[in-house]
Amino acid sequence: MTMASAPSDASGDAGVLPRRHPRSGPAIIRRQKRGLAYLGLTPFAFYVLLFLALPTVFAMATGFFDNAGKFTFGNIAAIFDPVILNTFFASFWVSALTAVVGALVGALVCYALLGTRPDGPLRQMIESASSVLAQFGGVMLAFAFIATIGVQGLVTVWLQTLFHFNIYAGGVWLYTVPGLILPYIYFQVPLMVITFLPALEGLKPQWAEANATLGGGLGTYWVRIAAPVLAPAFFGSLLLLFANAFSAYATAAALISQGSQIVPLQIRAALVSETVLGRSNMAGALALGMIVVMIVVMTAYSLLQSRTTRWQR
Amino acid sequence: MTAPASRTDIAPSRLVRRLILGIVGFLFAIPILAMIEFTLRNGLAGGYTVAHWTGLFDPANASRYQVVYTGLINSLVLAVVTVAIVILILLPTMVLVQLKFPALRRVLEFICIIPITVPAIVLVVGLAPIYSVVAKIFGSSVWTLAFAYGITVLPYAYRTIQSNLGAIDANTLSEAARSLGASWMAVFLRVLIPNLRRGIMAASFISVAVVLGEFTIASLLSRQNLQTAILLMSQSDPYVAVIIALLALAFVFVLLLLIGRIGTAGKSQRRKNGNRS
Repeated sequence: MTMASAPSDASGDAGVLPRRHPRSGPAIIRRQKRGLAYLGLTPFAFYVLLFLALPTVFAMATGFFDNAGKFTFGNIAAIFDPVILNTFFASFWVSALTAVVGALVGALVCYALLGTRPDGPLRQMIESASSVLAQFGGVMLAFAFIATIGVQGLVTVWLQTLFHFNIYAGGVWLYTVPGLILPYIYFQVPLMVITFLPALEGLKPQWAEANATLGGGLGTYWVRIAAPVLAPAFFGSLLLLFANAFSAYATAAALISQGSQIVPLQIRAALVSETVLGRSNMAGALALGMIVVMIVVMTAYSLLQSRTTRWQR
Repeated sequence: MTAPASRTDIAPSRLVRRLILGIVGFLFAIPILAMIEFTLRNGLAGGYTVAHWTGLFDPANASRYQVVYTGLINSLVLAVVTVAIVILILLPTMVLVQLKFPALRRVLEFICIIPITVPAIVLVVGLAPIYSVVAKIFGSSVWTLAFAYGITVLPYAYRTIQSNLGAIDANTLSEAARSLGASWMAVFLRVLIPNLRRGIMAASFISVAVVLGEFTIASLLSRQNLQTAILLMSQSDPYVAVIIALLALAFVFVLLLLIGRIGTAGKSQRRKNGNRS
């Protein structure tokens, strides 16, 4: 679930245009040197081609072939099988729900951090803790929630003994899709803090002053000024959170050992047994489906992000 | 004349801040506390004991915990190789693009962000055939997994190095060094690297953090790393598994706290320099 968002300030230094190296010397030597410099790009290009481009293409392409290596649309058609559609649907609602809750709570935490010193110990603690929880969840998160709300978990037992309230009265739900909600929120909120805080920091004090000078109160400030300025950043972060939950695998894999209720787990089943719905290469088709969703979400995200950076200069 | 503070000060009052941070902080502390409480439980007998913690360091148990040690060592090897990939492949490319191919900067940035859009669970589907070739060339030892991890850490490593690279005016520095007769190698090693120390360190730390937490790729390519070992261990001795998870969490927290320190140290130093000039 490692996603803590490269983006927020990736283009922040776009204003610093690199200066050209002054041109000197005969054109031929320059061309040769440039050729040599291009050579310097090859290790990275080769590496990215081999371990990012090829796997991505393979992942998508295998979905179009059957076991015998013949071209087929069978696997792609199988995505629309009710069983698979249901897993996509489950992935969607878990991601959407945890993204919305995570975004709201995370934004509230960001608001609480307004006015604290950026290099103060409180901020450093919260930012480091957020990075850890946003990126390092995985298996650990599954353990944490088994210890908390597992059948013998701390909170489960505590609620039972103090209030005689059994959270599992209707059956144990921790190891099913609803059980993913709390662990996912646990890494969504910190991710929201990391991605949304820079936008909130970008609110200029002059705007508040202008608002006050023109007779506006705190209410008008937040509704008329802050909300429109922050909206792209907020919805951008919301999309990032959605993408984050949608692609998360480790927590679900550690928590749910039986069945494949969400798409990443369906891919696991396809990879391990190679026969989801009795089809081979189904993993490729599922991967393709995931990539399509991710591309849509991340494109919308980068569009919103470019609107956000307009206010951060 | 200034407006009343309450109308320009958009920050929440101290009470509201404490209330929000207190409540959210408390809710987020519960699972961690529950983990700690769990490691102190005395099994089915009830009551509490520190035996699980002391047993961890007992040589007599070494063979039982072998899985975890192997996983830990594998993960450390992977962290080292991944950092090497970042420093030897990504860093020179970023410097080269900054100095020689400014037009390619957007392309490089785009490439480095792709791993966010292509999640590990998707990447692993296509990595399987790649790794069957890799295994033929390098054998199937665990360090080869670092090739995949180098891709996973790309967005984070790129962002931390780039924020440093964008702030130091690498072009002027290298032009100055070149005009004083330094070779390109000397420019890179003796001028740019020392200036990029902070970014390189932060990128290395975050790479270590990401590699230590990685589960998806290792698990689905059937390799052993720290996370897969913890999950395996949890089936035989859940207490130890949770203890190791807690220790790893604390370690990564300290690592990221250090990144924060490095970052703010850089900023305050820059600010001081700015005032002086």
